[in-house]
Amino acid sequence: MTSLPSIPTPKRLGLVIDLDVCVGCHACVISCKEWNTGGYGAALSDQNPYGLDVSGTFLNRIHSFEVIPEGGEVIGEAGEARIVHFPKSCLHCDDAPCVTVCPTGASYKRGEDGIVLVEEDKCIGCGLCAWACPYGAREMDLAAGVMKKCTLCIDRIYNETLQEVDRVPSCVRTCPANARHFGDLGDPTSDVSIMVAERGGMDLMPEQGTRPVNKYLPPRPRTPLAANADGLGSVEETSGATGFFGWLDNMLDRI
Amino acid sequence: MCSQSVALSAPVSDEVRKTTCYMCACRCGIDVHLKDGKIRYIEGNRDHPVNRGVLCAKGSAGIMQHYSPARLSAPLKRVGPRGSGEFVEISWDEALETAASWLGEVRARDPKKLAFFTGRDQSQSLTGYWAQQFGTPNYAAHGGFCSVNMAAAGIMTIGGSFWEFGAPDWERTKLFILFGVAEDHDSNPLKMGISKLKQRGARFVSVNPVRTGYSAVADNWIGIRPGSDGLLILSLVHELLKARKIDVDYIVRYTNATWLVIDAPGTANHGLFARDADGKPLVFESVTERPVPFGSPGARAALSGRVQLDDGRFAAPAFQLLAERYLDPKYAPEAVAEETGISASVIRGLASEIARVAFDEAIFVDQHWVDMTGQRHEGFVGRPVSFHAMRGISAHSNGYQTARALHLLQLLIGAVDCPGGFRFEPPYPKPMEAHPTPHGKAEHFGSNKPLSGPHLGFPRGPEDLLIDSEGRPTRIDKAFSWDAPLAAHGLMHMVIANAHAGDPYPVDVLFLYMANMAWNSSMNTAGVIRMLEDRDEATGEYRIPKIIYSDAYSSEMVAYADLVLPDTTYLERHDCISLLDRPISEPDAVQDAIRWPVIEPDRDVRPFQTVLLDLGARLRLPGFADSLGRPIYKDYADYIVRHERRPGIGPLAGFRGREADRVGRGASNPDQLKRYIENGSFFSAHIPLEAQFFKHANRAYQDFAVRVGFFDEPKPVTFQLYQEALQKFRLSAEGVREPVAPETHRARILESFDPLPIWYPPFEEAAIDGETFPYHAITQRPAAMYHSWGSMNAWLRQIHTRNALYVPGTICDEHGLRDGDWIWLISRHGRIKVEVARMEAVNGQTVWTWNAIGKRRGAWALDPSSPEATKGFLMNHLISELLPPKGDGMRWSNSDPVTGQAAWYDLRVRIEKAEPPAISEPQFPALRALRRSAVDELRYGEEWSRQT
Repeated sequence: MTSLPSIPTPKRLGLVIDLDVCVGCHACVISCKEWNTGGYGAALSDQNPYGLDVSGTFLNRIHSFEVIPEGGEVIGEAGEARIVHFPKSCLHCDDAPCVTVCPTGASYKRGEDGIVLVEEDKCIGCGLCAWACPYGAREMDLAAGVMKKCTLCIDRIYNETLQEVDRVPSCVRTCPANARHFGDLGDPTSDVSIMVAERGGMDLMPEQGTRPVNKYLPPRPRTPLAANADGLGSVEETSGATGFFGWLDNMLDRI
Repeated sequence: MCSQSVALSAPVSDEVRKTTCYMCACRCGIDVHLKDGKIRYIEGNRDHPVNRGVLCAKGSAGIMQHYSPARLSAPLKRVGPRGSGEFVEISWDEALETAASWLGEVRARDPKKLAFFTGRDQSQSLTGYWAQQFGTPNYAAHGGFCSVNMAAAGIMTIGGSFWEFGAPDWERTKLFILFGVAEDHDSNPLKMGISKLKQRGARFVSVNPVRTGYSAVADNWIGIRPGSDGLLILSLVHELLKARKIDVDYIVRYTNATWLVIDAPGTANHGLFARDADGKPLVFESVTERPVPFGSPGARAALSGRVQLDDGRFAAPAFQLLAERYLDPKYAPEAVAEETGISASVIRGLASEIARVAFDEAIFVDQHWVDMTGQRHEGFVGRPVSFHAMRGISAHSNGYQTARALHLLQLLIGAVDCPGGFRFEPPYPKPMEAHPTPHGKAEHFGSNKPLSGPHLGFPRGPEDLLIDSEGRPTRIDKAFSWDAPLAAHGLMHMVIANAHAGDPYPVDVLFLYMANMAWNSSMNTAGVIRMLEDRDEATGEYRIPKIIYSDAYSSEMVAYADLVLPDTTYLERHDCISLLDRPISEPDAVQDAIRWPVIEPDRDVRPFQTVLLDLGARLRLPGFADSLGRPIYKDYADYIVRHERRPGIGPLAGFRGREADRVGRGASNPDQLKRYIENGSFFSAHIPLEAQFFKHANRAYQDFAVRVGFFDEPKPVTFQLYQEALQKFRLSAEGVREPVAPETHRARILESFDPLPIWYPPFEEAAIDGETFPYHAITQRPAAMYHSWGSMNAWLRQIHTRNALYVPGTICDEHGLRDGDWIWLISRHGRIKVEVARMEAVNGQTVWTWNAIGKRRGAWALDPSSPEATKGFLMNHLISELLPPKGDGMRWSNSDPVTGQAAWYDLRVRIEKAEPPAISEPQFPALRALRRSAVDELRYGEEWSRQT
């Protein structure tokens, strides 16, 4: 068993993911892969890369599914099916069950910023942490035999060889839809905390009691078009186009 | 929790090289990080105007594209039968000598026997020039099966079109309406723009039968029935006219609404514009009550009425005809609801929202400017409603008219090139008159001489068609013939079928670049494969005798080539993204860009453009070899810098002149590429503030355009609500204007060449029995793949390894289908066996799948057991390149009758349950792999992981 740092950590670094604008393009998925396969720890391997059962290690994946709102405070138009693109990576939970379950101390939560990491030299590849994570956010690398997970690009965010603007996770830097934001969710004045407060940011599966740091912003409310169906008002009915041309003639005088 | 030590500040790479992406056609700027001579990381260039630092999945996966085992490694000569994949490697000398001898023989004997067509080519300025110097009339790129309807309708209506010629004003728009699938082009700018406007609280409406991709985040999704978009748009026009929600001032100033249309049925001038002796169109001055030339100072031009001209004929302003047509109750929302599948209240709601935003939320940019008449304006009035569309409306046989209808809607509310609307990107707008007419008539070419002008352009009327004295097509693809008069991008999708049939004539050499015609880029794929394999019974020779193909990867088409010229990857070569070609400008800035070899090739491959220059020199083509036969250019880089199309105008606009300080016009600068590289491989020059809107009629913009060399004199655009060139074709079809259309084509032209936008049912829908083929079948573009590119990429193929057919729940219930069931999908042309996935967020009469995920066994260096081949499938097998026979003895192409655009979204199908095995059909013999990866595991970057 491994223990968690005393709560709260001074910083609670994490991601805020905006489901109102995520189009499921997978930019974050691949950018994460290319950064991290050459970055912290073992490479993110791919098995049968050009064959039948291709698979690989990814630290961030997008799940797309269909929902049919039933009305009420729904985001779409009632009864109208919609697709939700849901990016998912480690949520760097305050009560991270993946850490407490680790038999070797390889899985740990950093005291200074709350990032959950795996020290690969200590990892024996037992997979208990992946079983303990209710989000399925950890993946065993089949080539290295160690557990891989989102590091919040720890080798970017503090990297003094990068310009300050680039000291963000690779997925955040690349997201074309600006759906991913990085910051300190322990600081109520940070941009990400303000965003969460204003947009009603949510925990993923709060009933699990993991107290995730990452937050999801729900889609903004939408107004059906049919609600404006009478917006053009009633124009006097005229026979054919005659009335229209009379109006047009008046308009010409005003130019 | 003692925190273990982690290396936090390891340098990312040894070096960063900035170039331009080519994982799709966006042309984003990228920073390629190199470490130990390998690619460590590719990220978006923050300074680049196209992507501002972001990068999509494809861009980031460039590493795996670059190192893909599917890369070709040396020139190949076919030794087995076509399609066997049996090749031997040959030297470049042998390859180039072979190509030059085949081509030289054709050029001397009959240059039209070369058909040279390029696919996702970003160097059309060079390839077109080469084909012109060679002298064949048979050249085009892939626009005929891409989006020529959109491009041609745009140019002929507003002098520009979506994507490369203009963009929504993302900073200011308050209502954005997207028609159809758009995930594959301009994708990062669209994602950035959609996000920006949603975060601002603007409304985003998506009109698309399928609610994936961008539609998933739309405020409102209109799941339209495929092919009926034009009817929806004209219903919006009806509502706006009826409610008087149109911008009369804009229409009068900038469109041809006031131009007088001659009303003289049965004569050669009926429906054409009344013009003065100088050819200037006339308007009716309603104070003095007489016709005067358009643009006469102080004239109050009538928009309605019927007037008598000095010569006694009658005429009416174009707007009179327009209003009469669209006020007709047949365009009322209730009247179109069934056909479009959209309720009248949604159509009304959308019309009302367009009107409200355009007029109640109008914006004003306080910046004085002067129009082309010399009138000074205090600012720019903005109608913040913007649109975007691509192939969703384009790839239908009514796509040209639908695209025209969309531009009509934009113009009526005054939302073209205004703040908040659709904005032109330089060098557009460019009126149709500033484009060339097509060249390729018999008198335009001959033995050993160049074609007398550019291949592609815009006929002003039937007199510019490329036909012989009998009315027969002179081009192999029948572009610019009566079959497809305004085929501005050619008809690449008909080349193989026509060459095989010898209709209008056979060819000797088919030369293709980066076009996967033996698979996903053809309609009737199995048929095309047979045509490529088919031999002449008498001679035993292939019906298409010689095929030269250039590609970087072992695509399906490679197996059908006789000679393969292996291209480099996009990181290994020079390219220019040129204003002479397919520009990447922004509305506020003129821009172009380059690629350069950020990695040296490790194979015996050469950039295709350099190879083309070499072939040009070997063939002693003018412009490629000097009078002594010596090559003029060393390679493509040399060409980019030194080639001049007009004096001082070359492929690149930036850093010209001896001091590298000239924009657009200037002497060539030997250090130009170095300057581009130092600047991040792009160039950007802002256009003056007073020139940024209403470019079509803005004096400052027009002066700027001349200064930087877009034009040699101002080319303002009057928007063509009423398109006179179309009416000329109708007069020919009526037999009252020379040249008269053949009897066979008359009805079709009369129906589809209306000078005012119309809607008619797609041809396949009209020709088949709706009971037998009750459903529409279409494809969508996955954001993480670009056409067939991506399956050879180890990371991208994990996102889309196979494709299913998405079927609406109601249809599943009707047929008792569940997820994972296999069905036969049957069209009038063929049947395919596919796996079913149930879906609700789709038009109830439409099934769909992702484009080009299915691959042929053995292609792309994939194992033949790969899911792409055994479970994935192409819809192409169901689509014929020909329409159903009509009993008139003609072979009508399955294309738009105006432009020849391939109508692959017109497909109609039915469903039958299929028995095991769970393997997609049709299957083809496995291609013999040119190179197959022995790799069963990738650990890319493992050597670096231990360094930190």
